[in-house]
Amino acid sequence: MTTFAGLSQTDLYALAGAALFVIGLYGLITRPHLLHKVLALNISSGGVFLVLVGIARRVPGPVPDPLPHAMVLTGIVVTVSSTAFALALAKSIYTETGHAVLEPDDLEETGEVSRG
Amino acid sequence: MAEWVTTHLPALVILVPLTAAPLAFLLGGTLARPIALLSALLSQPLALALAFTVSAEGGVRYEIGGWGGPLGIDLVADGLAATLILVATVVGLGVTVYAWGYFADRERYRYFWPLWLFLWASLYALFLSGDLFNLYVCLELVSMAAVALVGLSLRRDALLAAMRYMLAAILGSLFYLLGVALVYAAFGSIDIATVREAVRADVTGQAAFALMTVGLMLKTALFPLHFWLPPAHSNAPSPVSAVLSALVVKGSFYILVRMWVDVADPSFVPGSAALLGVLGASAIVWGSVQAMRQERLKMLVAYSTVAQIGYLFLLFPLVAGGGAAAADAWVGGMFHAASHALAKAAMFLAAGTVLARFGHDRIAGLGGLSRRAPVTAMAFALAGVTMMGLPPSGGFVAKWQMIRAALESGAWWWAVVVVAGGLLAAVYIFRVVALFLGREGAEGEDADVDAGRSPATMEWATLALALAALALGVLGQPLVELIGVGAPALVAGVGP
Repeated sequence: MTTFAGLSQTDLYALAGAALFVIGLYGLITRPHLLHKVLALNISSGGVFLVLVGIARRVPGPVPDPLPHAMVLTGIVVTVSSTAFALALAKSIYTETGHAVLEPDDLEETGEVSRG
Repeated sequence: MAEWVTTHLPALVILVPLTAAPLAFLLGGTLARPIALLSALLSQPLALALAFTVSAEGGVRYEIGGWGGPLGIDLVADGLAATLILVATVVGLGVTVYAWGYFADRERYRYFWPLWLFLWASLYALFLSGDLFNLYVCLELVSMAAVALVGLSLRRDALLAAMRYMLAAILGSLFYLLGVALVYAAFGSIDIATVREAVRADVTGQAAFALMTVGLMLKTALFPLHFWLPPAHSNAPSPVSAVLSALVVKGSFYILVRMWVDVADPSFVPGSAALLGVLGASAIVWGSVQAMRQERLKMLVAYSTVAQIGYLFLLFPLVAGGGAAAADAWVGGMFHAASHALAKAAMFLAAGTVLARFGHDRIAGLGGLSRRAPVTAMAFALAGVTMMGLPPSGGFVAKWQMIRAALESGAWWWAVVVVAGGLLAAVYIFRVVALFLGREGAEGEDADVDAGRSPATMEWATLALALAALALGVLGQPLVELIGVGAPALVAGVGP
């Protein structure tokens, strides 16, 4: 198994996955725009899937463990559906309030005009 | 036929609402309601049969399609799962009967029926899941259906509450899934029974449990991660609020119980039990105080849910020591889950009748409700008896068992929390009940417009659920026995 700076391939994938998860978490908390929040969650789920793909490589031999792959595939299906749903919800909120944020009242009070 | 049903019972339990859901969607219109009611009625004998089978055989394991692990999906039922399925079935029937009247001629709510049936099927699947990844899928299914139901009215506040709920739910699921990945890395399996055997002190495994717990705390709305619950539960249509507070939060709590009582015990991550207990105690105080300050009935009931969720988390420190105390706490915790589900559903349904009747739920304007809607006022008060934990309700048995467990294990401070929580609940419930019984308030005259009709079935379904919560206290012995069937080793020795 290839190594880099003493880390196995699995470790590298797991670390990259964890980093993506945290980046997404940061985006979810700091970005007010709903589209950003939904995308941030997508980045986080990408991170989780990367960890799973890395774990699949832990078994010895040329063939990776199929079980984490099955989990990733199912996870992708779940994420696609929930993203589509979240986007539809964000769009309804935009239609209803004129803003795609969770607290449109705050925006109107401060007179901020960042729409859409 | 009977034998075939018995063999495939766990699958059938899920398949009934799962088949009814797309039918209610496709046939829609006037057929959706009868389909839902038929499904609700069919679920009753199936859930009972499952409880009897679990009692007789000490547990059930069913391989879907005969594939078996690790790639196939196994359904597993023990006393805990069968108990929660029974609770979901009874609450589900009550809510379905209520919703029949509530959504009678509201075209805008036509998607309630398929979504509710999907939610119902997903809850069954969750309680029956035998592996951690399947639990993740079921959690997501439950959340998606629940979020859609919250936003059903398409009103501005409901949409915003749904979005907030959605983001919290997805984040919670991702934390959980990351934990599942690490469990697989640490123990080489995601099958609950296999992980139970393999679990050992291991940094990856401990990190996995911590991540899963954070995600599930967010989904169960444990203080201080409860921010999404009050808006979501109070802005949803009332039958939906009832299901969310009664059943949906119990779904993620159920997984926490599986993890910390069944698969591992709280000593697996030192300090975890105390932390969960302290957060639970904080939830009881914070939720109750907030409930007292609310001006709208549905917000009061929603904050009461935040408080009552706190009791569920006292389970973890109380079972941590094992022995007789753990056995008492186990019964107490599960009784609390069951009686809160029934009583809280009744409270939200009562609030829904108030809304349908008077077009508002401002507490100050509800004076004299006991004369205008006596059955609903009665149902609310009886549900309040369970919420406060007064005898002879199911809530009393739950609190009694928890106090006993606390005293037996020498951790008397948890008993103080339980008693204090009951007193706090009495404050916010008596405030409402006193108004109901009192004279019509200042707003009484103009509020007394009887904006809408509310069929008698709504009021009686509400009362039936409140009475069921009371009956648990008197007739709860069979449930105590069911809770003990195949109980985890930590709390084994649960008996009559």
